[in-house]
Amino acid sequence: MSDAHITNHEEDGETRRDFIHIAAGAALAGAVGAVAWPFVKQLGPAADTRAASSAEVDVSKVPLGGEVRVLIGGKPFFVRHRTEKEIAEAEAVNISTLRDPQTDDERLVPKPDGELNRAILVTSGACTHLGCVPVGPGTNTGDYGGWFCPCHGSHYDTSGRIRKGPAPLNLPVPTYEYLSDTLIKISL
Amino acid sequence: MSGPSTYEPKTGFEKWLDTRLPLIRFAKDTAIDFPTPKNLNYWYTFGAILAVCLVIQIITGIVLAMHYVPNTAMAFDSVERIMRDVDWGWLVRYIHANGASMFFLAVYMHIFRGLYYGSYKAPREVLWILGCVIYLLMMGTAFLGYVLPWGQMSYHGSSVITSLIGAIPVIGDTIKTYLQGGPAIGNATLNRFFSLHYLLPFIIAGVVILHVWALHVPGNNNPTGVSVKDVKKDTVSFHPYYTVKDLFAILVFLFIFAFFVFYAPNSLGHADNYIEANPLQTPAHIVPEWYLLPFYAILRAITFDLGPITAKLGGVIAMFGAIAVLFVVPWLDTSKVRSMRYRPLAKQFFVLFVAAFIGLGFAGANNPDDLIVAFGEDKLVVAYTDETGAAARSESFAEYHDAEHFIEGLDESAGASMEVVKSGFKWLWAAQFLTFFYFAYFLVILPILGIIEKPKPRPLSIADSVLGKHGQGSAGGTPVPGAANAAAPRDDA
Repeated sequence: MSDAHITNHEEDGETRRDFIHIAAGAALAGAVGAVAWPFVKQLGPAADTRAASSAEVDVSKVPLGGEVRVLIGGKPFFVRHRTEKEIAEAEAVNISTLRDPQTDDERLVPKPDGELNRAILVTSGACTHLGCVPVGPGTNTGDYGGWFCPCHGSHYDTSGRIRKGPAPLNLPVPTYEYLSDTLIKISL
Repeated sequence: MSGPSTYEPKTGFEKWLDTRLPLIRFAKDTAIDFPTPKNLNYWYTFGAILAVCLVIQIITGIVLAMHYVPNTAMAFDSVERIMRDVDWGWLVRYIHANGASMFFLAVYMHIFRGLYYGSYKAPREVLWILGCVIYLLMMGTAFLGYVLPWGQMSYHGSSVITSLIGAIPVIGDTIKTYLQGGPAIGNATLNRFFSLHYLLPFIIAGVVILHVWALHVPGNNNPTGVSVKDVKKDTVSFHPYYTVKDLFAILVFLFIFAFFVFYAPNSLGHADNYIEANPLQTPAHIVPEWYLLPFYAILRAITFDLGPITAKLGGVIAMFGAIAVLFVVPWLDTSKVRSMRYRPLAKQFFVLFVAAFIGLGFAGANNPDDLIVAFGEDKLVVAYTDETGAAARSESFAEYHDAEHFIEGLDESAGASMEVVKSGFKWLWAAQFLTFFYFAYFLVILPILGIIEKPKPRPLSIADSVLGKHGQGSAGGTPVPGAANAAAPRDDA
């Protein structure tokens, strides 16, 4: 085979060979992606884990002035039965002074009849600073009567809003709904 | 064959790296420029296919280990959870389970190719032995992995195999107990089997590196068995010629692999293994996975005592011997001609050997006492206890009338019972015959053939073979002075 012969081949077949290269490369990229997807997706929560990602709580069982702590998929949540005094304190705050401004009403969810159940406050149980679980009624409610995080000293008020300490945000209100006047369903 | 390196570092970084860690030079010399005989056929692609198999098994295995629980109370359920709840878990597990079968399918092709083309002969003995080590490690890994799902076959299969160790005289029982970590297969066994099943593939990977190293010193054998004489004429660079050929073969192989994974994922397994392990109930028909069946048949073929060696120990010796004999094949085959392409007798015995190996597989899959072909009359056998009540006896009859008459003549305390026994050729006898042939092939046929066989003329070089010149005095070829058949060198160097 002479050099001239090879050169002719390359000249004649150049576009066709380019096409083959691009097509093969595209097919390879598609194949790699299709194979990689299951191996990445399996790392995520499995179906049984996803199925266990909500819980129902009977709020009538929460004692007045106390709270119930619920674990859903390993994450803590607080369901607190607030006293009239605590509700009044939460509503009296001037939100412009807050680090993460939210009114107390914005942090509540209406019952089936559309009314807000101000007595029941549902929040995440993980401090927004570094994820510790704050202590609450019966132990130490902090300077503002809500919760106190013992890790780095964040104080939350009776609406779960950050008032003092390193935490940047209020305790988040999870997705939940009233199935009846006394039964709530919290979802992750 | 790894001649002087042709790598020229071009950029400053390449030059800098080349004097410190010549990684690019190594990659280029071994995977790109490596001179490879130009006549390799598709039987030579199984090496690359096996590398892919190992990678697939390791990746899917690591993923499965993320979800599997090595505890007898949870193992079976955790596997079912992988199948049902883990996203794509069914796919990963089916790839891993069928991947083991595909791995062995490829390794058998690879081994038979080596046996046919004489790839174990000088100077490739170490390459061959390392391959045997990998094969042995693969069987160990596959066995350990099969125990993990904690199904009925897992449990009772591992029980049978660990019992084999117990057949070793004097120390056998102690070794067995230490292997099991208790009086029987249990949680301790499962934990250590999981640990070792995770470890062994990486040891295999290490031996594979040695295997490739040992391949790259003498270079590839080839279908003619004739050594490379002129690197320019006889070889082509590994890339792109064999990278593309291997890649094509890998794709075809993955088609077959995918067929099993998606359309017949359980066809190579046993339904019994989807029943959780129950130590109190052994499945009616206990067999290993298909790739271990020939050795299982050899194990069961020894049903007779040989002097001080009991049948049980004899079976174990035969089974391990069947693998051990592979290690010494380079010294059992006395022929100086590598490729059986030029060995008319050896070629025929090789075909018989492959058939015998497959036949052993079927013998291993069947109950030894079942019949391959039935012949002769069915017999009636009356089983009873003798007058003293101490010994069980039996008597066979051709006619029902005679058997009935015989029972009537017996005392009631004899507890006689009658059974139809079919006569014919048993799988056991096939297994025994094929086991005999298996060993005879290596220990008798290969050594003798090398002495008595008259090989056919071989091409003078790989280039001649490719160009169709079957020289050395054969018709049509250019006669080469001084290379007449009778004077042909006895080795392929």
